[in-house]
Amino acid sequence: MNIFSKAGAALLYAFGELGSAALMIRSAFFWAFHSKIEWRQSLIQCMRVGVDSLPVTTLTSFFTGMVLALQTGSTSQNIFNEPIFVGTIVGFSLVKELGPVLTAIVVAGRAGAAMAAELGTMKVTEQIDALHVLGTDPVRYLVIPRYIACMVMIPVLTVYAMFSGIFGGFIVSASKLHVPTNTYWDDILNYMQISDFMHGFSKSFIFAFMIATVCCYRGLSTTGGAEGVGKTTTRAVVVSMVLVLVLDYFSTAVLVALGV
Amino acid sequence: MIEVTGLKKSFGPKQVLRGVSASVEDGKVLSIIGGSGSGKSTFIKCVMRLHQPDAGSIKVHGRETIGYRSEVELADLRRQFGYLFQEGALFDSLSVAENVAFGLQYLTDIPQTRYRAVARDMLALVGLQNVEDLRPSELSGGMKKRVALARALAPGPKCMLYDEPTSGLDPIMSDIINDLILDLKRKTGVTSIVITHDMKSAFKISDTIVMLHEGNFLLTGKPDDFRASADPRVRQFVDGSANGPIKMKLRDLD
Repeated sequence: MNIFSKAGAALLYAFGELGSAALMIRSAFFWAFHSKIEWRQSLIQCMRVGVDSLPVTTLTSFFTGMVLALQTGSTSQNIFNEPIFVGTIVGFSLVKELGPVLTAIVVAGRAGAAMAAELGTMKVTEQIDALHVLGTDPVRYLVIPRYIACMVMIPVLTVYAMFSGIFGGFIVSASKLHVPTNTYWDDILNYMQISDFMHGFSKSFIFAFMIATVCCYRGLSTTGGAEGVGKTTTRAVVVSMVLVLVLDYFSTAVLVALGV
Repeated sequence: MIEVTGLKKSFGPKQVLRGVSASVEDGKVLSIIGGSGSGKSTFIKCVMRLHQPDAGSIKVHGRETIGYRSEVELADLRRQFGYLFQEGALFDSLSVAENVAFGLQYLTDIPQTRYRAVARDMLALVGLQNVEDLRPSELSGGMKKRVALARALAPGPKCMLYDEPTSGLDPIMSDIINDLILDLKRKTGVTSIVITHDMKSAFKISDTIVMLHEGNFLLTGKPDDFRASADPRVRQFVDGSANGPIKMKLRDLD
């Protein structure tokens, strides 16, 4: 097989996957408007995506805020001889970038992997076919609740991560850098506007939709038993994490162009 | 009546069904026999449209279903069937009672307050008691099969598709399941397609038997036609003999 055949086969595969994922999204929209929402399932998924991810989100964002404050403070101490704008840099970094990106990566690695593995196992043990047979559609019963959970809980976790990180930065700036409390908070509140918050917050919806799509699609297209479930889970997590970073750049570019 | 004509299905380069035709009248039992991997499950999955056939015609109660594409059309088609999966396909996250009652909320008007009672009745029908609150992982293979059968029967389908209903069961329970299939046929007039390797079961329950071999139906007939068949391939399968024209691909022992 020459290089052109290989490239062609890879392109065909990629477009095939994109097309199939698009069909799943279409099906999700169809069932969302043509059937009752499975609220019990949605609540269960909200618990798994949101509540169960809370400890790891807290740790990640808190320590990120702490290290940001430490780096900012020590660098400005070296340059200006005092730690200045620690709150501003920690706040903007977390609200516009790190809050949404870190939360998305944590949820993709934790809840996204669980989603892909669970749906993948259901696929290879014919439980997905059983849903068809018992009068419901897997997209309706399994995928829509996961979309709801991601679209509700990831933005909530993102806001929580922003506050948690800023608080972590505050602890370091107060205890280690000896920045006065008022200065830290004023550095954030004097410069930050609601549009800055909306910038980060709106990105969390984009990441949530992408994570739910990738993990559910990969799960439902699993083949090949236990080995297939393992491969599906790895691929879902890797693709989600890479896409978080890629989409972060492009969504930031669009939001900046729109003035958000 | 279910009428299948010229059904073809391939997976990649592998042609599994090469234009098979069969029909089963209302209230009758059609059994499909054939070696492992011969495409028996593919056949009934095409009827149920869990697989999209490549070509052919599938008429269910006079309606051509091969062109069904939309979610609503396919859901309406599948509503008419009950399906017993080979490995049970029970939902791991639900209890036995929730599994059995699962189809009731989507396929029937039975009020939710009666689900547990219906589940208990259906479980008793397949010889299981006091298992309602167990999880599928706590059941043996045979019990899983019977719970799956109870789940398939609970909504009262017009047609039943059984994928190896007696595999993994002891001989007594196998015969009880055979009697249950016959009983359902007599009492409710359910139309059945049964996939089986078990010739004793096929002879007992079938009105018609077809044998699938290399993607084609080798013989279609009544149980007596199979008992009397002189075709060496049919004879080999009916007698369960390793020696004959049907060769399984095995490596010789050194």
